[in-house]
Amino acid sequence: MAEINNEVWGYVHSLESFGSVDGPGVRFVVFLQGCAMRCQFCHNPETWEGRGKQWTAKDLYNKVKNYRKYWGKTGGITVSGGEPLLQMGFVTEFFKYAKQQGIHTAIDTAGQPFSENPQWLERFENLMQLTDLVLLDLKDMDETAHKKLTGVSNKNILKMARWLSDHGKPMWIRHVLVPGLTDREDDLNSMHEFISSLKTVERVEVLPYHTLGLFKWDNLGIDYPLKGIPSPTEEQVERANKLLHTDKYSK
Amino acid sequence: MIDFKQWEGFEGDIWKEEVNTRDFIQNNYKPYDGDAEFLAGPTEATDKLWGILQGLQKEERAKGGVLDMDTHIVSTITSHEPGYISEETKALEKVVGLQTDKPLKRAFMPFGGIKMAEQACATYGYTPDPLLHKIFTDYSRTHNQGVFDAYTPEMKLVRHNKIVTGLPDTYGRGRIVGDYRRVALYGIDFLIEEKKKDLANCGDGTMTDDVIRLREEISLQIKALNDMKIMAKSYGYDISSPASDAKEAVQWLYFGYLAAIKTQNGAAMSVGRVSTFLDIYIQRDLDRGIITESDAQELIDHLVMKFRMVKFARIPSYNQLFSGDPVWATLEVAGTGVDGRSMVTKNDFRFLHTLENMGPSPEPNLTVLYTSKLPKPFKDYAAKVSINTSSVQYENDDVMKPVWGDDYSICCCVSATQTGKEMQFFGARANLAKCLLYSINGGVDLKTREQVGPAYRPITSEYLDYDEVIVAYDRMMDWLAGLYVNTLNLIQYMHDKYYYEAAEMALIDTDVRRTFATGIAGFSHVVDSLSAIKYAKVKTVRDDTGIVVDYITEGDFPRYGNDDDRADEIARWLLKTFLDKVKKHHTYRDSEPTTSILTITSNVVYGKATGSMPDGRKAGAPLSPGANPSYGAEQSGLLASLNSVAKLPYHWALDGISNTQTINPDAIGHNEEERVTNLVQVMDGYFDQGAHHLNVNVFGRDKLIDAMEHPEKEEYANFTIRVSGYAVKFIDLTKEQQLDVISRTCHASL
Repeated sequence: MAEINNEVWGYVHSLESFGSVDGPGVRFVVFLQGCAMRCQFCHNPETWEGRGKQWTAKDLYNKVKNYRKYWGKTGGITVSGGEPLLQMGFVTEFFKYAKQQGIHTAIDTAGQPFSENPQWLERFENLMQLTDLVLLDLKDMDETAHKKLTGVSNKNILKMARWLSDHGKPMWIRHVLVPGLTDREDDLNSMHEFISSLKTVERVEVLPYHTLGLFKWDNLGIDYPLKGIPSPTEEQVERANKLLHTDKYSK
Repeated sequence: MIDFKQWEGFEGDIWKEEVNTRDFIQNNYKPYDGDAEFLAGPTEATDKLWGILQGLQKEERAKGGVLDMDTHIVSTITSHEPGYISEETKALEKVVGLQTDKPLKRAFMPFGGIKMAEQACATYGYTPDPLLHKIFTDYSRTHNQGVFDAYTPEMKLVRHNKIVTGLPDTYGRGRIVGDYRRVALYGIDFLIEEKKKDLANCGDGTMTDDVIRLREEISLQIKALNDMKIMAKSYGYDISSPASDAKEAVQWLYFGYLAAIKTQNGAAMSVGRVSTFLDIYIQRDLDRGIITESDAQELIDHLVMKFRMVKFARIPSYNQLFSGDPVWATLEVAGTGVDGRSMVTKNDFRFLHTLENMGPSPEPNLTVLYTSKLPKPFKDYAAKVSINTSSVQYENDDVMKPVWGDDYSICCCVSATQTGKEMQFFGARANLAKCLLYSINGGVDLKTREQVGPAYRPITSEYLDYDEVIVAYDRMMDWLAGLYVNTLNLIQYMHDKYYYEAAEMALIDTDVRRTFATGIAGFSHVVDSLSAIKYAKVKTVRDDTGIVVDYITEGDFPRYGNDDDRADEIARWLLKTFLDKVKKHHTYRDSEPTTSILTITSNVVYGKATGSMPDGRKAGAPLSPGANPSYGAEQSGLLASLNSVAKLPYHWALDGISNTQTINPDAIGHNEEERVTNLVQVMDGYFDQGAHHLNVNVFGRDKLIDAMEHPEKEEYANFTIRVSGYAVKFIDLTKEQQLDVISRTCHASL
């Protein structure tokens, strides 16, 4: 195992000791600070800017290892955000500790920082060697719509999915369902088509948009662009599940 | 060695030579490690009876909480004619026997205190027979009278100022679990013979106070046993001999319990660990082919229905302490034997299944004696029932078994006691949060401005110094622990004298071990306040008399509930320090002192009497319940909170460390299978660390708010939630307590 570099600081927004919907089993979820996307439905806008709390990989590992007893055979650690791929160096060091102890590691990412720049790719590959599972958000298949929704293109996100597939990295695809925005039939169909072309997808999840994070926008004094949009109904979620054939992916 | 024909097919012999239910169980139970597939649904009779009972419960609520009250008859084992759920359906009742002659009719029980019995009647618009007043004031005395005659002025003062609070001086102390199984296994005559032998062997002829008292008590026990036979006879049963089949075993056992609840209105009237025991009888009948699984389930459903009907007449101040009319008819399932075998039987499934056959219910207070080593199918089933009903609590068999063996019962909400071997002196709580304020203000109570504690030198600095506060607090706790223990000594003495639990004690060994249960209230607030003083800057706010009335805390500090050792070490220090102080004192009848961190719903009332604290809790706000971290303190989610609580060693709080957690269903997994797996995982992780207790609620905050606003909705009629150490129907809580429950952290990270 490579030497661990504790000089790399991580900028952490918060810690959640009990995550059970961000990867398999019971998980410790680390929310990192900082994201370049500006998704209109973001429920953690407070993680966009700023530096958060500084942690070394070692301190963070010492913190999370107290929770091993809760993980059993399936659980582990998920690094979420913010956008974890913006702090790859830190996550890599953190995961080195975890993998030394055989802990299951997952990254919850929107894939936006993905780049084919060889230097970037080398660092990403290092991280992926220590990552058991990638939870990848696909927001929209249509590039224009994606730009409008998130402020960025989806090209490199799709490329990243392809890269993971080509490199045999297990992934869960997740799609936030916003009524009238990310539930177009044609788009969900092409998303399904894209997902079926990937070889390592273990699970496809529809995440119903919710308004629980709305107050955070208010707190930050940012206008909430989706004002008045309700959470999807059970029927709408069911329909999206059907269009994305989520039941075909059993894990 | 005697041998009854009713014992045919049972193994072992020690239990035939002496009263030894545990030996019988260990020799005869069959562990079951299969799944829940075998379970049967409710029978027609069950549906019919439960329907009637639900109608009565509805009527009871419509009438302000009490359906009917007895105003003429003083409740004894034999005081009432037989009663049934309804006259027309009495043939359907597989298990019979009510506290009075009518369902949900509350008995008149004056021995704890005539004033309270009368006040309970008056509260609900009933007038007790004036003759009863005359009898219990002019001719006879009560527990309450005895206590108040003997109290010192100082005891009255601390009681009035609520630093010692919830004392069992106006109601039965409860928490004594008779080994009701003995009635089924041995029949009454055998038990009487054994008690007669004990009486003959009691003392060597030298008449000391102890011997005289015990001789009188054994005689009372024998009378109670005889009365049980008379009561059973009125229902058409002869319980002088052992039960011959499962139906009789259930019925005999219930008659034993019924005798207890006809004579005592204790705060907790536990049923005990009856599940594995009864399985032996049921399994024998199933093997003999004389009953089916449906018959077996019906028996358990009907027994549980009876436990759901237990009621006492209470006064308003009692209801504020223990909200939602609980009786703690606590009943345990699962656990493991000293030999390592799982004690899960099919019957443990059947008891949990009552929550599916008849819907959620606060009573009986179903308790799973948990260890990660229990068979997986049982853990999964219990978790599933928990998720669907929020009516189950879990207690750690791994930490209790080394102390209490493998035949302990839970005698109140969470406290363990060896069945048939031990009794407990229940002793309510000392408010350690108030004590901290006393130490800063030199013993003066903020609310009444009375000099309650000793007039030690108050702290006069603007900013609090940790070392100075600790010295002052330690000294004030010394005073409080001593006074508290002695107040309890007095109460327990009078309870034995005027309100002796003859029916329960008749089913416990004469040579009984006693524990003396003290308790702590305000735990998390003291921990966080001391942490604030140590790690942040706490400025005092004084009124013009110099009394500190509030605190301004500058800067951040670690709080209990985040798995942060800096705060959690203070928590341990507090528990150990208080226990050591309690242990210094003489405790009544050579009892073993213990302590607890569990406050039931009384945290709301205790909070009202407690001023602002350095941790930011404002005057009058509810204290956090039991050993729970304070509201809003938890910054890192459920497991961090559980880890903090798990750091408190159980052997320092043998009376229990209660922890109540509410989890949003969406936050525990995507579907039922995941939720079950994850919940089991959480409990394995928590209990494997040596934690003692966990109440699990699975619902969202929205549901609570809707239930508070629309209690009339059908779906909320039986909506049950776990609070500290017991379960209640949410709509039976006061608005204040509902708001308190809603405001507590609902773990719902999404």
